[in-house]
Amino acid sequence: MSLAQNLPDSSSDTPAKLEVKGLTCIRDDRVLFRGLDFSLEPGQALQIEGPNGSGKTTMLRTLCGLTLPSDGEILWNGEAIEDVRPEYMAAMDFIGHAHGIKKELTPLENLQVALAMADTNPNQSLEGVLEKVGLKGFEDVPAITLSAGQCRRVALGRLLLSKSILWILDEPFTALDVQGQAQIESMLVNHVENGGMVILTSHHPLALKDGMLKTINLRP
Amino acid sequence: MWLWFHKLGSPKYFYDLSGKFLPWFGWLTLILMLVGTYWGLVLAPADYQQGDSYRIIYVHVPAAWMSLFVYMVMATAGAVGLIWKMKMADVVASCSAPLGAAFTFLALITGSLWGKPMWGTYWVWDARLTSELILLFLYLGFMGLEAAIDDKRTAANACAVLALVGVVNIPIIHYSVEWWNTLHQGSTVARMDKPAMDTNMLIPLLLMWLGFMFYYGTTLFMRARNEVLHRERDTTWVKDMVTES
Amino acid sequence: MSETSLRSAFFTVLKRDLTLAYRTRTEMFNPLLFFIIVISLFPLAVSPDPKVLQSLAPGVIWVAALLATLLSLDSMFRSDFDDGALEQMLLSVHPVSVIVLGKVLAHWMVTGIPLLVLSPLLAVLMHMPTDSIPALMITLALGGPILSLVGAIGVALTVGLRRGGVLLSLLILPLYIPVLIFAANAVSNAAAGLPIAGQLYFLGALLALALTLAPIATAAALRISLR
Repeated sequence: MSLAQNLPDSSSDTPAKLEVKGLTCIRDDRVLFRGLDFSLEPGQALQIEGPNGSGKTTMLRTLCGLTLPSDGEILWNGEAIEDVRPEYMAAMDFIGHAHGIKKELTPLENLQVALAMADTNPNQSLEGVLEKVGLKGFEDVPAITLSAGQCRRVALGRLLLSKSILWILDEPFTALDVQGQAQIESMLVNHVENGGMVILTSHHPLALKDGMLKTINLRP
Repeated sequence: MWLWFHKLGSPKYFYDLSGKFLPWFGWLTLILMLVGTYWGLVLAPADYQQGDSYRIIYVHVPAAWMSLFVYMVMATAGAVGLIWKMKMADVVASCSAPLGAAFTFLALITGSLWGKPMWGTYWVWDARLTSELILLFLYLGFMGLEAAIDDKRTAANACAVLALVGVVNIPIIHYSVEWWNTLHQGSTVARMDKPAMDTNMLIPLLLMWLGFMFYYGTTLFMRARNEVLHRERDTTWVKDMVTES
Repeated sequence: MSETSLRSAFFTVLKRDLTLAYRTRTEMFNPLLFFIIVISLFPLAVSPDPKVLQSLAPGVIWVAALLATLLSLDSMFRSDFDDGALEQMLLSVHPVSVIVLGKVLAHWMVTGIPLLVLSPLLAVLMHMPTDSIPALMITLALGGPILSLVGAIGVALTVGLRRGGVLLSLLILPLYIPVLIFAANAVSNAAAGLPIAGQLYFLGALLALALTLAPIATAAALRISLR
């Protein structure tokens, strides 16, 4: 499993802890979730489950600071994420439902932009990353010619580039074939085992040891 | 002070407090406007140039002042809502917009009615009327944006940014329009400014202005209380109040 | 986060947007064509008399430039909003205002500069005196970036709305008025042989103000719109 190797050592010495207290989200008079408490530490993954429309995506967007919670707080190392924005942004990576891959740019150019946004020096070449996500030979074709699954692979390639410890992923397995799903899964498991943190929404069970995987079920 | 500021931010506190003030504001509005109108229309002397037609300033000038004042209130409230995330500030900004637009519209209408005897036409591209017209556009933009965004809080914050941008721009727009006007002004346009106004004319103007201020306060409170009840309809204090009455 | 990485982020965004514009270049010409067509309507609607056109020219060209910019504004954030790239920009470690500035600069280079380059041709169509053509170009050079900067605020506020287009013009056009007044007046003055330094200073001051404040307002507006 080539993906599992050479992962950036995300478990560097910096302490990392995500705490959520009393998180509440109300949209158009509908309570999506109320009074949610949990915390996440290095080496743990959190899987958010729930039927469509139960607020999974809203929750992820709230956790990365895009959406404001109606109530409650999100703390990164004990401080509210809006107060430590640069640190939190450097430590966190988000791949949303719309993954932000520009159709007119090539996979390589897409990764270059992602790299500039993230302010890290990659410990591997961009071509190497593309090879790992199974896109060798597609480096220089416009992404519009790629399939949906291949585009998602480019987006997931961003994770390999970044040194972020916390990955927040909205349905990362969407549009991927069986092999791709297995690859991404091993990538996530590896990240967690190396002291990373993953929060994801998915119905796909992650093969993690007991105690490493937490689950939250959002019921409407 | 800070504590009071925080308390005022709580919808219930605002609702109770404004309920106590409201009748006072309403009566003050009525008295000031009646006295101001009587003094302005009957007691004040006629203008030696314009005769009685100048008396429209008792509506026009306060309305024009209010149009700017309300925009400032709106922008300040917007900034407070944006920075301190205070719900009441959002409500005040949102409820002020239609009132400000109404004042602006009133200033425009009375200005053009006044223009007929003065300039012989209903509309002249005079600096103040033009600025007022642009201000109306700013208000309408604010209201348009607010109406277009579903989520109340997002709408309030987006509108706050717009109002703040507007506040930076209003002096620039005003200055550029003044400047543009001095360039293009024909000799036929008579200016109203006179160095000194008869005290007998000034006092009713100030009374009317105070009346307009209290009118704004009254309607703002009424609208805001209504809006508060609507926004807080799921809270216990609103439900309790409804069941009690 | 070092200064060099901030600079590299700025230039990466600039290069990215220019590349995107180049790869979808057919869309780029539409505002330009609009600019030309609107101006060519005036002789048909008003009068082909050179004297009339000459007196209308500065205003007409500037109003057309305003509307052409307005048409092109939507492209600044729309596709990035739709495909999630805007989210990634907001989640960048860099200040969003710097990224916004890169995007606005790209927008001006793609739409403002072509208008600038095309303007002498339109000046000729409108029978403007040759002496006033440099003045027209200077005002477009100073005023064009203001249009993009201020416009960015409006697009940022409306990008999340399904029908933001008409609203955008309601929000933005009143804010364009000072630029319009000073720029059109400078061109008229130049045609009449009057000094234009004052107007240009004012445009310069407006540009400086817009350059400092607009990216911050745009960044705030984007955060609000993407909630």
